[in-house]
Amino acid sequence: MSGSPNNLGAFRIKGAGRLTPARTARFTFDGKSYTAMEGDTVASALLAHGVHLVGRSFKYHRPRGILSAGPEEPNALLDVARDSARRQPNVRATVQEVFDGAKIASQNRWPSLAFDVGAVNNLLSPFFAAGFYYKTFMWPREAWSKLYEPIIRRAAGLGVAPKEEDPDHYANRFAHCDVLIAGAGVAGLTAALSAAATGAEVILVDEQPEVGGALHFDASTMIDGQNGYDWAQATAAKLAAMPNVRILTRTTVFGYYNHGFLGLAERVTDHLARPGRDLPRERLWQVRAKRVILATGAIERHMVFANNDRPGIMLASAARTFLNHHGVTVGRKVGVYTAHDSAYEAAFDLKRAGVTIAAIVDSRAKPGEAVVAEAKRLGIEVLTGHAVLDTSGRLRISSMKVARIGSTDSRKIAVDALIVSAGWTPSVHLFSQSRGKLRYDEAQQRFLPDIYAQDCVSVGACNGTDEIAALIDEAAAAGGGTVAIGGESRFAWTGGMIGAAEGAGPDTTVKAFVDFQHDVTAKDIRLAVREGMHSIEHIKRFTTNGMASDQGKLSNMHGLAIAAEMLDRPLPTVGLTTFRAPYTPVTYGTLVSHSRGDLFDPARQTPMHALQAAAGAAFEDVGNWKRAWYFPRRGEDMAVAVNRECRTVREVAGVFDASTLGKIEVVGPDAAKFLNLLYTNAWDTLKPGKSRYGIMTREDGFVYDDGVVGRLAEDRFHVTTTTGGAPRVLHHMEDYLQTEFPDLKVWLTSTTEQWAVIAVQGPKAREIIAPLVEGLDLSNEAFPHMSVAECTVMGVPARLFRMSFTGELGFEVNVPADYGAAVWTAIRERTEALGGCLYGTEAMHVLRAEKGYIIVGQDTDGTVTPDDAGLGWAVSKKKTDFVGIRGLKRPDLMRDGRKQLVGLLTNRPSDVLEEGAQIVADPNQPKPMTMLGHVTSAYWSENCGRSIAMALVAGGRARIGQTLYVPMQDRTIAVEVTDTVFFDKEGGRIHG
Amino acid sequence: MLLIHCPYCEHDRSELEFRWAGEAHIARPETIAEISDEAFAEYFFLRDNDKGVTYERWRHIHGCGRFFNAARDTVSDRFLMTYKAGLPKQPVADVAATEQTIETYEQTEGDAR
Ligand SMILES: [Zn+2]
Repeated sequence: MSGSPNNLGAFRIKGAGRLTPARTARFTFDGKSYTAMEGDTVASALLAHGVHLVGRSFKYHRPRGILSAGPEEPNALLDVARDSARRQPNVRATVQEVFDGAKIASQNRWPSLAFDVGAVNNLLSPFFAAGFYYKTFMWPREAWSKLYEPIIRRAAGLGVAPKEEDPDHYANRFAHCDVLIAGAGVAGLTAALSAAATGAEVILVDEQPEVGGALHFDASTMIDGQNGYDWAQATAAKLAAMPNVRILTRTTVFGYYNHGFLGLAERVTDHLARPGRDLPRERLWQVRAKRVILATGAIERHMVFANNDRPGIMLASAARTFLNHHGVTVGRKVGVYTAHDSAYEAAFDLKRAGVTIAAIVDSRAKPGEAVVAEAKRLGIEVLTGHAVLDTSGRLRISSMKVARIGSTDSRKIAVDALIVSAGWTPSVHLFSQSRGKLRYDEAQQRFLPDIYAQDCVSVGACNGTDEIAALIDEAAAAGGGTVAIGGESRFAWTGGMIGAAEGAGPDTTVKAFVDFQHDVTAKDIRLAVREGMHSIEHIKRFTTNGMASDQGKLSNMHGLAIAAEMLDRPLPTVGLTTFRAPYTPVTYGTLVSHSRGDLFDPARQTPMHALQAAAGAAFEDVGNWKRAWYFPRRGEDMAVAVNRECRTVREVAGVFDASTLGKIEVVGPDAAKFLNLLYTNAWDTLKPGKSRYGIMTREDGFVYDDGVVGRLAEDRFHVTTTTGGAPRVLHHMEDYLQTEFPDLKVWLTSTTEQWAVIAVQGPKAREIIAPLVEGLDLSNEAFPHMSVAECTVMGVPARLFRMSFTGELGFEVNVPADYGAAVWTAIRERTEALGGCLYGTEAMHVLRAEKGYIIVGQDTDGTVTPDDAGLGWAVSKKKTDFVGIRGLKRPDLMRDGRKQLVGLLTNRPSDVLEEGAQIVADPNQPKPMTMLGHVTSAYWSENCGRSIAMALVAGGRARIGQTLYVPMQDRTIAVEVTDTVFFDKEGGRIHG
Repeated sequence: MLLIHCPYCEHDRSELEFRWAGEAHIARPETIAEISDEAFAEYFFLRDNDKGVTYERWRHIHGCGRFFNAARDTVSDRFLMTYKAGLPKQPVADVAATEQTIETYEQTEGDAR
């Protein structure tokens, strides 16, 4: 059936369909080569070559074929590749268009599609009943990760994700419109014409490659005197020429969110053989629509009967699409099993195309009279009040077993395909996503839109309006304009059923599939009810009915009806599960768009970043910042480099990039008053030209942030925050300023990125910067520790702080960011000439720990008060108000025995503790041991010649001098509790 | 994605520009240092978390930077109104009368049992 490039398939019907034979595409399926016509889906192309078997089912590995011709497809999920990187699993064969060179493979089978070892699951099916996962794999817990999960994943997985990076790119667009119309069938096109006539900005969206909707299969409906499909194409051309209309095909409205916001996925290149490199593969549209018109149509349901899943069994409307649109017949001798008139029209079309119709089996006693008369006229046998009780055929249906309902006399009818219809389910997914409320239409057994939550209207089949003239009127009215369109259908359809058909009822044990993708049978749903699941939400989770990627587009109503019957309750009271976005699966690439690689989480770099990179810095991430971590020289590992940097700072001096510290300019006549309210310290006593270490607590009394604040003038403060805390501290300040203290005259400005900050620390710090600083006496007397001044450095306006986070004589030079690199270079050259060096954040951490300076977020964790951290001195006793004043007086914050920050010295100086390690008093106490606290900071201190650590320990300060223990996996480390200052306890060096 | 009217900018802007900032109309006690533990707990820890119309604060953080108040229906996510910080709680009865609270199945499921 394959082979020659000109062989378009033995099941093509000459003269049928709308594709052009001159334009062909070659593709492979499971390694075998086939020729398709341009416009074929993978499904239609395979069917043209007589290939029905395309996959194995999820749980039982049963052979499966193509069930539908649209996005609702649960079975035909294939792996479609251009090359090794451009490969996508779980692609619906009924949606993917064939392109030249496509490499397509079936999934979920081993070693081959026709012979699959996993099919043994089918024989073991009694063990795979509903709730199987929950029951079988409960115990022991360890077996989950080692045994059950890997086996389940391999046995039950659908498709394999590509391992290579996706080489395609994806785009993202925002759009606004007056009216967005989802679905471009008769209803959507009519609504678009009507809305466009009013001058409204219209976006018309359809998931198929071309407009037309149901007119793809419905070849008998005439509109304005022409074939419906041709009318649709002409109408689309007319709309496309209007400046206020945008038509998006191959585009799915996958999500309908709040306030008229919709997510659309446009497939731009998946159908092209050689897409231009400039084209995105897919495009995400984020549309804000003033109004939404839903014209999403309806989806045909399958019949639920024994062995209803064999390849060759498919929806009647699908068979009609393949014939009328693609020119392909699904078989040579086709059976029909239906409870709805629409399947008759499929039989008529096939019969006229020369296909034998074995029989129409109709479960109803009285089908529509017109279709029965037409069947008779065409010579098709109609068996009313009959059922298909079972089917045969290993890899493809070969016969159906037919009996009168209620009778045991059956006969076998040979068929090579069986088309089915249980009626139509309105597509209310988007309406439901918009939080609209549905009502149950008892007569037609369907849920329809009832109460709208947004400015939205449903028209046509998705609103239960099926008759063509009424549908056109409804859609035209929804558009708001006036259009005159005449439509005429050949047959008015009647009928429909939900739930299990004859022979698959409660008294049977047959496999009658409800959910094909998750292999859920009618029996499974009944079992769930028997085991106590009474809500559809529970039944869904217990059986996994409707939980596959098709979201139960075919199965939900059948499952609900079977559950309602078992529960003996009216169907609406059992409930309908809530539909969620996305309507159909959306690739990660589309959602992520440009936010990948370097753009995933943009990195912030300081003005001196490149210079530090050139100096060989290793960087670490701190928030979004890249910070120089250490500067290894030739032959140095991290430990050696950090030790050298720590030593050099204390012996000579070091230069450090402190630009990432948050900076907020607080200005105004009430600036000091405002800071008094936001910090625990008193600021009105701070004189201009001085700075102070400040602590900010939250209202609950816990430390929120810290930093040095310099007062430049009576009404101007230069506030610094932690690197990670800058945005939230500003937000916190703005909150209080705007909403609690709005009368204060204060203005807040983030200046983090305005200043490059170069810290120079060490005994030679003054000698290094003195020649570069103009107009300022740097002597101890004129510019002591915690001074701040505005001056110039190398002619650049600067703010100079005398401050220290190392315990050494230190300065922080703030210059406008653009001058950072130049000043950095000059300071670095002077420093290195005097024997100093650059140092990074790791050395900074060690040096500050040697002095017991805390890092908020490392030595505190949101449950630490200033006093816990040994900073009680920074809390003003005189102020009558500040944020946290009341929280600090809560009984629990004032009690004895709270965890307090202390130092720890290991008995063996070479032992470096692990940060986060727990601390106990009695290492021999049986488990669970009483834990006193944990290690917050621990380092090797080259300057102390031993390890040092800080820890939060219950009643810590009272334990100074005691020995405590840190139990580790392989040993227990004894530690002595100390104060937190390990180096230069007298603190003289800072004033050097 | 919500569409939020900033009462300072006087524009409807996307939720991306805003940050939620907790329940509205909770004033910090003027004499906070003196209040009882119970009063502090009421002020700082306890929130109503009503289902239905709720008053909350939002900040137009990527716009004008202002904090403001909003009345929102937590069931439908519909904003009934927004108004400037400092104004008293605004009644929404008139607006609510024209709005129908939409309840999805999952939200009513608990009530039904
Ligand atoms: Zn604003």
